[in-house]
Amino acid sequence: MTEVLVLSQTDKQQAPVLSEQTPTVTAEVIAEQVKNAYEQQSPLKIIGCGSKAFYGRSISGVELTVSGYSGIINYEPSELVITARTGTPLREIEQLLAEHGQMLGFEPPEFSDNATLGGTIACGISGPRRPYTGAVRDFVLGATIINGKGEILKFGGQVMKNVAGYDVSRLMTGALGTLGVLLEISLKVIPKPAFEETRILPYNHQQMCTLLSTLGRQPIPISATYLHNNLLYVRFSGAKAGVVSAAENIGGDVLRQAELFWHQLKEQRLPYFNQDRTLWRVSLPPSAPCIPDLLVDTESITEWGGAQRWVYPKDTDALQQWASDNGGHASGFRNRCGASNSKANSSDANGSTFSPLSPALLTLSKRIKNSFDPHNILNPGRLYKDL
Amino acid sequence: MNSNIAASIRTKRLASLIPMLSMLIPEDAILSEPEQLKAYECDAFTTMRQIPLLTVLPDTIEQVQHIMRCCHALDIPVVARGAGTGLTAGSMPVENGVLLGMSKFNKIHDINLHNRTAWIDPGVRNQAVSDAAAPYNLYFAPDPSSQLACSVGGNVAENAGGVHCLKYGLTVHNILELDVITIEGERITIGGQALDAAGYDLMAVMTGSEGLLGIIVGIRVKLLAKPASARVLLAAFATIEDAGNTIAEIIGAGIIPAGLEMIDQKGIQAIEALMHAGYPVDAAAVIICELDGSVEEVEDELTSVITILNRLNASDIQISTNEAESKRIWAARKAAFPALACLAPDNYVMDGTIPRRALAQVWTRINQLADEYQLLVVNVFHAGDGNMHPSILFDSSDEDQHKRANDLGTRILELCVHVGGTISGEHGIGLEKINEMCLQFTGAEISQFHALKNAFDDKSLLNPGKQIPTLARCTEFHAMHIHNGEMPFPHLERF
Repeated sequence: MTEVLVLSQTDKQQAPVLSEQTPTVTAEVIAEQVKNAYEQQSPLKIIGCGSKAFYGRSISGVELTVSGYSGIINYEPSELVITARTGTPLREIEQLLAEHGQMLGFEPPEFSDNATLGGTIACGISGPRRPYTGAVRDFVLGATIINGKGEILKFGGQVMKNVAGYDVSRLMTGALGTLGVLLEISLKVIPKPAFEETRILPYNHQQMCTLLSTLGRQPIPISATYLHNNLLYVRFSGAKAGVVSAAENIGGDVLRQAELFWHQLKEQRLPYFNQDRTLWRVSLPPSAPCIPDLLVDTESITEWGGAQRWVYPKDTDALQQWASDNGGHASGFRNRCGASNSKANSSDANGSTFSPLSPALLTLSKRIKNSFDPHNILNPGRLYKDL
Repeated sequence: MNSNIAASIRTKRLASLIPMLSMLIPEDAILSEPEQLKAYECDAFTTMRQIPLLTVLPDTIEQVQHIMRCCHALDIPVVARGAGTGLTAGSMPVENGVLLGMSKFNKIHDINLHNRTAWIDPGVRNQAVSDAAAPYNLYFAPDPSSQLACSVGGNVAENAGGVHCLKYGLTVHNILELDVITIEGERITIGGQALDAAGYDLMAVMTGSEGLLGIIVGIRVKLLAKPASARVLLAAFATIEDAGNTIAEIIGAGIIPAGLEMIDQKGIQAIEALMHAGYPVDAAAVIICELDGSVEEVEDELTSVITILNRLNASDIQISTNEAESKRIWAARKAAFPALACLAPDNYVMDGTIPRRALAQVWTRINQLADEYQLLVVNVFHAGDGNMHPSILFDSSDEDQHKRANDLGTRILELCVHVGGTISGEHGIGLEKINEMCLQFTGAEISQFHALKNAFDDKSLLNPGKQIPTLARCTEFHAMHIHNGEMPFPHLERF
């Protein structure tokens, strides 16, 4: 655990220096490795700790391990900002924030004990709180990166509002390392809610939609929803009085050990997720209809007020088409046992299958990739075959 | 440019462009008379002006595509303009370029109650979105001071903020999808109706790109439920330190106010003279704090904030008990700029953002600099998110004062960068702050910005010369920007 010094308000003259956990590798050394790869046009495979190695397409390349570049650089609770090197374990950051009554608003999954900040940002996966407080990208304030030429570049900053130049830091979020090696990230943090309560209601998909549509137009502090086998879980977070009154209004049973439940959901440790086939994620407008039984197994999990659905498809191509027709997209998310996706692109059998981009978007995305990584050496092919 | 050369380019461009445009654009949507063009020569940063080659006012997406194809084929620059309320000359025309006015795109097409979104044209006024959503108890959160007049397309181009963005985010947090026309005239959808889209986060890149990457022709905005309760507090302080510490303590206590503003003594006096809102004119600073949410939540937080105010020696605490009182406190704050207009003919509003911990230090230093440059500076501050709006008051008819105001502006922005902040929190760069970009970014970073721009617009025809300076310009700026023979902050990286 890192030793932390939190400066008082009187120490205004100095930048608050935090944990000086010395990284085992310097930014310059990593940049040098990237520069060599650039000169030799030799692809790199960027690795934090490998907790989300399943996410994205399988690629080969010389491994560039960045987990040694770790340590929290700056944290002052009253600024609502934390800056850390990307090799810092996510857990260390979350513990430090919790000690000061704060948290990461996007409730990121770890998927393993040693998940790093860098992997969290590069994958851009958000947890149950996402529709109500924001996604990973909504909290990214600044990023120091190495581009594909080995140059160390800094974008954004440590302030809430910053419109100087293009928003490159948010662009890095979810780019799976294909646009830059992430070195340091500044994140906005938020106060931990004073109180939480989860209620369970015997609702089906349609009843959920009706309820959430009505509640969504009222100032009710919902912070997560989950629907599975006709049981709807609704979590409320905020000041105790507000939460209690909202929970009483909605009725239903109180969920005991709710914190454990939501944790298991975000970490995909509920039994539903542990099946020998490829789990798909469908991202949709919240009010999109139920996915037809022809396309997916009847049993599914719906989160985010309807906007995120976890399914086991019967026909992946048809599912992707249906998602697209309904204003969203579907991706093969995780394959626990190496089972092949019968109808998905066979080259992606051991990795994710992201929803295809329109030809115009793919062309533009390739040009953007080229502007950061002209020799195509940063995780080439991890996001899409050509990116 | 030499005026003879400029005139000859103008003649040639008009001769080739007008017939091409006319194939799809009605005659009355192409403005070419000098008196018509005069209305488009500047945005709200009125000290920079340029007459465009033509102003084109399309009213369909196909027309926009056609204009882009014509300009791309003929290598003619295009500058998009919403309502023209920008503060940085971002939509000032470029010489011999087309000014693309988006004001006819002014429809709200659809409000989706289940998804809480609206699909709107880029020329729709910010306030009009919230007005249209109000019957459903919904609103659009970004609320820049110009919200009565500014367009949402402009909000996207500048990533506009406002007084409520600490809690509710900037424009980038409140939009889901953009319909964009590229410089080649191709139509692309960025983002989508879902909460995320496949591929790179191009919503992030487009938002705040100041018209340099594409033309926005449709926007899906998020709508939020209106809070059940909102209370506004005003409190006075004898020292800036107490006011600054109060802000840190409120946020440290786990409270995120909907709005948190701070005004210095000169600002208080100017506002009080105009508005008679009961602001305490002897105070060194006042803060305005708005708490919103459920009734229970607001009452809880109000109690905590009052405890903090009392502990930190606040006086003259006023608490609104109804909407009219809240409006009265805010109206005075929102009148800050008209109030300053009574003090001097011109007001150069800065937009630097700093980490809050540096507030007292920066505030003191700004006052020293104001004395040094013999100009009056009034500080109005979005204290919650660190966005400073020092206003430099001057008379632009006095050349020396005008120059001193510009130089002082640069020094203030340099100070913001020095303490770990940024030169612009919400107004954007445009042309107004283009030199100061060289203070914040290295040559390699600026080159990366250019490379990214090139991915969207390889002929550099979209709003050229704005937002991202050339490396040559930075070299020149650094050479000129030397005080008493010394570079300011010599440890900062230079070219």
